[in-house]
Amino acid sequence: MAEMLSGADMLIRALQDEGVEYLFGYPGGASLHIYDAIFKQQKVEHVLVRHEQAATHMADGYARATGQPGVVLVTSGPGATNAITGIATAHMDSTPIVVISGQVPNPQIGTDAFQETDMVGISRPVVKHSFLIREASQIPEVVKKAFYIATTGRPGPVVIDVPKDSTDPNETFEYRYPRKVALRSYNPTLRGHSGQIRKAVRALLTAKRPVIYTGGGVVQGNASAELRELVDRLDYPVTNTLMGLGGFPGTDRRFLGMLGMHGTFEANMAMHHADVIFAVGARFDDRVTNNPDKFCPDATIVHLDIDPASISKIIRADIPIVGPAAAVLREMNQVVGKSLDRNPDGIDRDALADWWNRIRRWRSKHGLDHDQRHRGDSPLLPQQVVQAVYRATSGDAYVTSDVGQHQMFAAQYYKFDEPRRWINSGGLGTMGFGLPAAMGVQFAYPDATVVCITGEGSFMMNMQELSTCMQYALPVKIINLNNAALGMVKQWQDMQYGGRLSHSTYRDALPDFVDLAGSFGHAGFRASSVKELDEVMSEVFSPAYKDKLVFVDACIDREEHVYPMAIKGGAMNDMVLERQPAQA
Amino acid sequence: MSARRIIAVLLENEAGALSRIVGLFAQRNYNIETLTVAPTEDETLSRLTLTTFGDENTIEQITKQLNKLIEVFKVVDLTEGDHLEREIMMVKVRAEGARRPEVKRTADIFRGQIIDVTDNAYTVQLTGPSEKLDAFLRAVGESTVIEAVRSGVSGIGRGDKILSL
Repeated sequence: MAEMLSGADMLIRALQDEGVEYLFGYPGGASLHIYDAIFKQQKVEHVLVRHEQAATHMADGYARATGQPGVVLVTSGPGATNAITGIATAHMDSTPIVVISGQVPNPQIGTDAFQETDMVGISRPVVKHSFLIREASQIPEVVKKAFYIATTGRPGPVVIDVPKDSTDPNETFEYRYPRKVALRSYNPTLRGHSGQIRKAVRALLTAKRPVIYTGGGVVQGNASAELRELVDRLDYPVTNTLMGLGGFPGTDRRFLGMLGMHGTFEANMAMHHADVIFAVGARFDDRVTNNPDKFCPDATIVHLDIDPASISKIIRADIPIVGPAAAVLREMNQVVGKSLDRNPDGIDRDALADWWNRIRRWRSKHGLDHDQRHRGDSPLLPQQVVQAVYRATSGDAYVTSDVGQHQMFAAQYYKFDEPRRWINSGGLGTMGFGLPAAMGVQFAYPDATVVCITGEGSFMMNMQELSTCMQYALPVKIINLNNAALGMVKQWQDMQYGGRLSHSTYRDALPDFVDLAGSFGHAGFRASSVKELDEVMSEVFSPAYKDKLVFVDACIDREEHVYPMAIKGGAMNDMVLERQPAQA
Repeated sequence: MSARRIIAVLLENEAGALSRIVGLFAQRNYNIETLTVAPTEDETLSRLTLTTFGDENTIEQITKQLNKLIEVFKVVDLTEGDHLEREIMMVKVRAEGARRPEVKRTADIFRGQIIDVTDNAYTVQLTGPSEKLDAFLRAVGESTVIEAVRSGVSGIGRGDKILSL
């Protein structure tokens, strides 16, 4: 006999049956029946946030760190609209989150009822899919479908809009959670085309100047081990996108660093001069390619992606492969292995040795040596702070970031050896992402070191979550690269707008961040010099602060820029490597 | 090279499915020239035909992006192969004095039917490819057309080619 449950109870039970640990949410009128169902159970732990945007970023951070879907519960109207930025963030970076929104009762839909908004409509361009519950009895199946769609194929956010009448505690239904779900119009690709895979291997093995360029698809697709195996077999250089960092070990000798707008000199030079580029789970984003018309003129493009629409969207692929990165790389490894066993000279080792020599010469001026310039009591450089965090955490932390200069410094100077350790809003570029994302990671891994490298501008966009951290005793370590300016905006204004700093500074209107952290019961430190930084770091990551949120206000050189930087409209080898005297 | 394309889409006959398709075109800056949609012989499915303009890359992206929508089963660019296309038009044409038999003759030449009559106007129903409808409007003369309503293009593959589950 199936149990009889209300719509609200079925919803929560379905989440239990999906194995959901945490529900990040904020209650309101339309979701009150659901909140009552939450109250009556212990399996799914609800986390009360302070703003719905933060709830979506927490779920997103949780999903990125674990690979498991993150789940959000918001109310109708403003609750739903507040969640949109986080949904769009997850959509751009392909993370699996399920967002449940309350809605006004079905009969009131379309009447401009109190706190009504067309959530399915307003979220439509930024979701993988969405559902509106018409009948309470649909709830178990819709939940199953939502999780299935969010987590398979190219992952993404799914919205379930739940009108209040479908959660009425007085109406009950037979509850059965479907074990499997099949959607006749949705069949994600599970393996690559063998013919294309053989073609790709042939192109790779005959390359003289190859580069393997990998993105978030390797991280999300759990394909790091397969990628490492391929690189071990071929000994080819690897570069990662901003989203792909950690997909290949950052300390490996074959790693060229990040590519793109603020990528390393050697990564961008190698891409530009390559004869074969193997793109894995990367989408030739404009922050990577610079001007697509000038992109890598000599390269044969082999492009592996789970989303056919990502292939030949910006740069035409010569050899496209549609499929999950892990499965396809596994098959490629077999083909490469067999081919090299049969013919160990089937790879042009002399050409590759020359190629590595060229890369070594580029590497000698990689552009990431700013830390050599300042010593002792001179102003603190943001790069030095990231390097200090790297040392203090032995390179083993989960690092989240917001958006701007600090994000690029973190990406450049923290070497990620494992996937899912670097968590940032790459596609949408959402300021305010870092702290809540770090909280989501900390919920997933209570004992892990979770660091949020942020800037004061981004931090202030979701700093209300310090209160949530207090409530749940989350020991996140916040490293605030404080330059008292919206650094990346300022950098562009310095470089392209004659130094006219239009609304990118705060005119001494910043809070005392140490006091601010203290007012929430957290610990706060300030560091303004290298000497202070070393002292602070050794404390912050010491056992004394293991269980405490610590906010480090690192007062950095306000004039520092991020380099290398791509020259607008140029090819990948067009970069500015250091501040030009005329711009000072 | 930019060309007119007829794209046929088979999708779930569900509330909201159409808005996802229309939204996709707006969101990605693709144009829609005409659009028709109705349930198929299997009433759980709808078939949508749209005409659009674009170069090879744009059309490739359009079909790929459409295919990504969860409720879409199949997408076919009918213009890639032999196909039939039809559009229906009802047009109210001024028909007075000497113009009256003239309009009737022109309608006959285009195999149109007069489906409504008043003292000073005929309503002509016309079916055919879009160019034929355009040609009729030119033939009767823009100034005599009072009102025209067109269904948008429907298309189907020739011969054994079918679009089904």
